[in-house]
Amino acid sequence: MIMKREIISGLIVDEQMSLSIEELCRACRVSREWVLELVDEGILEPRRRERGVIYFAGTSLQTIQRISRLQHDLQINLAGAAVVLDLLQEVERLRARLARFE
Amino acid sequence: MEFKDYYKTMGVSREATQDEIKRAYRKLARKYHPDVSKEKDAEKRFKEVGEAYEVLKDPEKRAAYDQLGMNWKAGQEFKPPPDWDANFEFSGGFTEGDGAAFSDFFESLFGRNFGGVGGFTHGPRGHPRGSFQAQGQDHHAKIQIDLEDAFHATTRTLTLQVPEIDGTGHVSTHERRLNVQIPKGVRHGQHIRLSGQGGQGIGQGRAGDLYLEIEYKPHPLYKVEGRDLYLTLPVAPWEAALGAQVKAPTPQGTIDLKVPAGSVSGRKLRLKGRGIPGATPGDLYVVLQIVLPPGDSDKAKALYREMAEELSFNPRSRLGV
Repeated sequence: MIMKREIISGLIVDEQMSLSIEELCRACRVSREWVLELVDEGILEPRRRERGVIYFAGTSLQTIQRISRLQHDLQINLAGAAVVLDLLQEVERLRARLARFE
Repeated sequence: MEFKDYYKTMGVSREATQDEIKRAYRKLARKYHPDVSKEKDAEKRFKEVGEAYEVLKDPEKRAAYDQLGMNWKAGQEFKPPPDWDANFEFSGGFTEGDGAAFSDFFESLFGRNFGGVGGFTHGPRGHPRGSFQAQGQDHHAKIQIDLEDAFHATTRTLTLQVPEIDGTGHVSTHERRLNVQIPKGVRHGQHIRLSGQGGQGIGQGRAGDLYLEIEYKPHPLYKVEGRDLYLTLPVAPWEAALGAQVKAPTPQGTIDLKVPAGSVSGRKLRLKGRGIPGATPGDLYVVLQIVLPPGDSDKAKALYREMAEELSFNPRSRLGV
């Protein structure tokens, strides 16, 4: 018997991909209200609105996961988490740069 | 399995108050949280601290653990005595439905008392759960790939531990192997969405998705910055001064590189489009590093002395000395 080796492929969740608010909520286990709070806070920007559905860039997935973890694990409020997110991006950029010289 | 000393993990004494335990947790959580921590093993430590806190913060569980732990030391071979918790009732449940993240030790003591909380891969975060959903849950996993894998689509085997609760409330895990295609040009930190590979749907609902987070293994030669790669290329002093054709490695194979005459250490040569592939591929920057031949032979020493004498060169002139 020949075992068929099934190969699963998927799409990269990047700038090119758009995810609806519903897809994001399901993927990250967060509520719609909370995602809209992130929009209000200026952390996320909707990409477009189509037939009443709000779409975000694929990169929002990572942002939402991070903020959610910061809020949940470290009890940081939303405004604080937004600042932490920016700082983390800067730190990662600097660490990558520093790694070049080591 | 080993006995785990939760007090030791949290760095508190057995007599610590609940407040002290809470404070210790907050401090350790900040220190080891994988998103912000710079410690290695951060994720592992964070989980350990989380598990210890899960027990110590709940007076009921703490009391049961204390009684049990009287006779045990960390690391000792351990088996829970039958009915060890006969006089305790755990009404607290769990803060996080992340059962699979707890150790065998924890499971053997508290696993029975699950009370059917769903969501075993990652508990609900940010907000309480919404209404009943028919679609299966989305799952998340991480996979490490080599930098070279991003240059051409490749297939990787992913082994997931899928937790399940049986009828009696016991958590067990079974292995699930998937052959996943890693697309070309995927970057560190990006996710791949595998439709229908997540949790099973309920009723007529379709299965959820599996989001795979990509992690690059650190590469001995190339440093990654976004889409760009950086390679430090050692060159001899005469190669930098006079110019030369040298060989350089790239993720796509060895290339011939022209070192311009009069190059200084740190000079960056930009190889456009040789970075991580994509709609706009990144670049590969070759950073020249001038290395000196060692002056360990008589011949080398003589040549160096000749250079010192023949060339009037003061590297410190602009310091004014």
